[in-house]
Amino acid sequence: MLLSDARVQQKYEVKQIQGDELVRIMEMGLTPGSICEVIRRAPMGYPMEIKIRGYLLSLRKKETDAVEVSPI
Amino acid sequence: MSNQIITVQKELLRQPSTIALVGNPNTGKSTIFNALTGLRQKIANYPGITVERKMGTTIINGVLHKIIDLPGAYSLNHKKADERITYETLIGSYDHEEKPDLLLMVVDASNLERNLFLASQVMDLQIPMLMVLTMSDIADERGIRIQSKQLSAVWGVPVISINARSKQCDVQIKQALVEQGVATPKPFQWNPSKPLRQAVERLDMEWLSKYTQLPARARPIEALRLLAEGSLEDSFYSYSEEGKAKKLIDELQNTLEAQGENPTAAEVVQRYRFIGDSSEGSVTKEQKNEQTWTDRLDNVLTHRVAGPVIFVLVLLVMFQSIFSWATPFMDMIDMLFIEFGAFVGSSLPAGLLNSLLVDGIIAGLGGVVIFLPQIIFLFLFIYFLEGTGYMARAAFVMDGFMTKVGLHGRSVVPLMSGFACAIPGIMATRTIENWRDRLITIMILPFMACSARLPVYAVMIAAFVPDKRVIGFLTLQGLVFFGLYLFGIVMAVGSAAVMKRIFPTGKPTPFLMELPPYKWPNVSSVVIQSLERGKIFVTEAGKIIVAISIILWVLASFPTYEPTASDLADMDTNGQMSEQMLSTLQLNKSYAGTFGQWIEPAIEPLGFDWKIGIGLLTSFAAREVMVGTLNTIYSIEETEEQLGLIERLRSEIDPETGLPKYTLATALSLMIFFAIAMQCMSTLAIVKRETNSWKWPLVMFGYMTVLAYLSAWITFEWANTFLLG
Repeated sequence: MLLSDARVQQKYEVKQIQGDELVRIMEMGLTPGSICEVIRRAPMGYPMEIKIRGYLLSLRKKETDAVEVSPI
Repeated sequence: MSNQIITVQKELLRQPSTIALVGNPNTGKSTIFNALTGLRQKIANYPGITVERKMGTTIINGVLHKIIDLPGAYSLNHKKADERITYETLIGSYDHEEKPDLLLMVVDASNLERNLFLASQVMDLQIPMLMVLTMSDIADERGIRIQSKQLSAVWGVPVISINARSKQCDVQIKQALVEQGVATPKPFQWNPSKPLRQAVERLDMEWLSKYTQLPARARPIEALRLLAEGSLEDSFYSYSEEGKAKKLIDELQNTLEAQGENPTAAEVVQRYRFIGDSSEGSVTKEQKNEQTWTDRLDNVLTHRVAGPVIFVLVLLVMFQSIFSWATPFMDMIDMLFIEFGAFVGSSLPAGLLNSLLVDGIIAGLGGVVIFLPQIIFLFLFIYFLEGTGYMARAAFVMDGFMTKVGLHGRSVVPLMSGFACAIPGIMATRTIENWRDRLITIMILPFMACSARLPVYAVMIAAFVPDKRVIGFLTLQGLVFFGLYLFGIVMAVGSAAVMKRIFPTGKPTPFLMELPPYKWPNVSSVVIQSLERGKIFVTEAGKIIVAISIILWVLASFPTYEPTASDLADMDTNGQMSEQMLSTLQLNKSYAGTFGQWIEPAIEPLGFDWKIGIGLLTSFAAREVMVGTLNTIYSIEETEEQLGLIERLRSEIDPETGLPKYTLATALSLMIFFAIAMQCMSTLAIVKRETNSWKWPLVMFGYMTVLAYLSAWITFEWANTFLLG
């Protein structure tokens, strides 16, 4: 599934990153095998706030669409 | 993990050296820079781009060293202009920056893994460094303990832990530099896989070392970038044999894939893997399930409903305070310059030089200094809120709304500041990382109805809008006033939507915004940064503003007017002329007056005559000057309520038709023109500074003037047909 479909307060394992910006997204710590938790969504649904490697990161829809995850 | 023997170098600090601060954004890097340099800093744009170069000096053991605060970066893969400067400077191939002799590698202890990612890249460049751990109190709160000694052993560089918010942080760093020294890290400590290492070696040997001028220590990391990128795009150095490089990169990428490695991802994945593995010995994590301060605050401040409401309240408090704090200072500055001008004017013999000094230079300087209170107060708020971590939350909460109109979550604060004055607002757009979002925000910001438009609106509304009650306490005058504000906002949103379509996208930069933990900011750093903003405005925009002031003075003062016999006869003043009449005639006969008459045919469709034409030119100094100019043109003594001017405007008769010259249609047209036109040289000067080019202020002036002209024309025609017809 994609991170954009992920549910708040759920933890996910990052499977794969796609798209042109994959290096940029991975450099922020979202590498395959890392664990992220969806913390909340902003008032209009996006950006989405996640916790990754112990810090808080927000992503817009386009970026969450590039991240494939599976629930754990 | 293999423990290393660190070869410490202390002799580097015995002679003047260049020390660079490197690190992720939000690590306390700027705070350390401010603590080390104080007000001994120089901030200017790098040539040709909008990234700021922050340079300062500090004294360590009696030796003066240069400190460079390199732009915060998440990676050395230099996709963005600021990261590119950091990268180019570190490898010593950036023409506009000195090659640093040693580095302070700033690492956020509460966010160790992602910070070590950049650190591991920087270490590959083998520059002597000291690793500075910040935010260990926040790490503590989360149950993270970092063994500096272990970390130092893993990476082979000295490590110190400091509290960047304490006043003593510069002392701690200087002491560490003297006592622990710096060490040159070994490259490739992150254990790249054999296939990746081989690919890097081949690219280095077979192309980079032969066909580029890159120093040996920079070539492996450049090889990694090329292997991930797969092309020579973004390569800033000169090279030859491009075909050879492309063929080799293709071949190496294929080999990597055949060996089961993803060439694009390999470097990032392997660095993070090593960082994760190596921190097992140096980091202990207690499992703490209780909520941290950040979690608790975020539950409220980024709440779906409460979040936006709180943000609006924060804005309200912020602008109310700026307004009430800045106003007395502005009045004082205004008074000081008027008094000073009057003093100079009366102590020097009357004449051109006197007028140049008083009306040109002193008035121009006053026009620069008057902006300082608003700029400094706005930035005190912004840097404070940025330092607490709240600004990122505000952007997070507002981003959804703002992207709908083509802007960015971080556009809100600058745009709101525009209601006070566009200048601090435009300076505040620097918090928007994405250049295109930032540019669009700058380009629409002057549509926000700033306080300098108020006097013009007030006179026109009082003179021509009937004081009628509409519904309840709402009057027609109040509604027109509100409508003008709304009109500015609508124009801003509309223009943003159009610009979003036509401005070149360039390389899209993804939105990956960090929400740093809440913390109490270092107050002296907040103050230093705000004062620096004021200094930048005065030194960089100020000279343009003074220069234009002098040009405007020339236009209004030349050719110098001497009353002729026929003028005196016309005036029927028995050969005596009041000073007011003299200045009226001086203005009317000057270049500015000629300009007004020359432009009259062009502005006639808007309902303006040559007198307003003069005002359009002179109010370029500042919008409110329009009122003063009209007073001069009509020889009316300026009063607080402008009653004389209002009366005079109402009673002006068109000599051809015998009807009133100015009507409601003229007033509406003029106000609409003022709502949109770029009638402010100071705004153009700061846009030049912030975009580092004359192109954008010229585009801004052009498109706003065209829009203003068309809107005023439509308004005039519409009002004549439907309101007066």
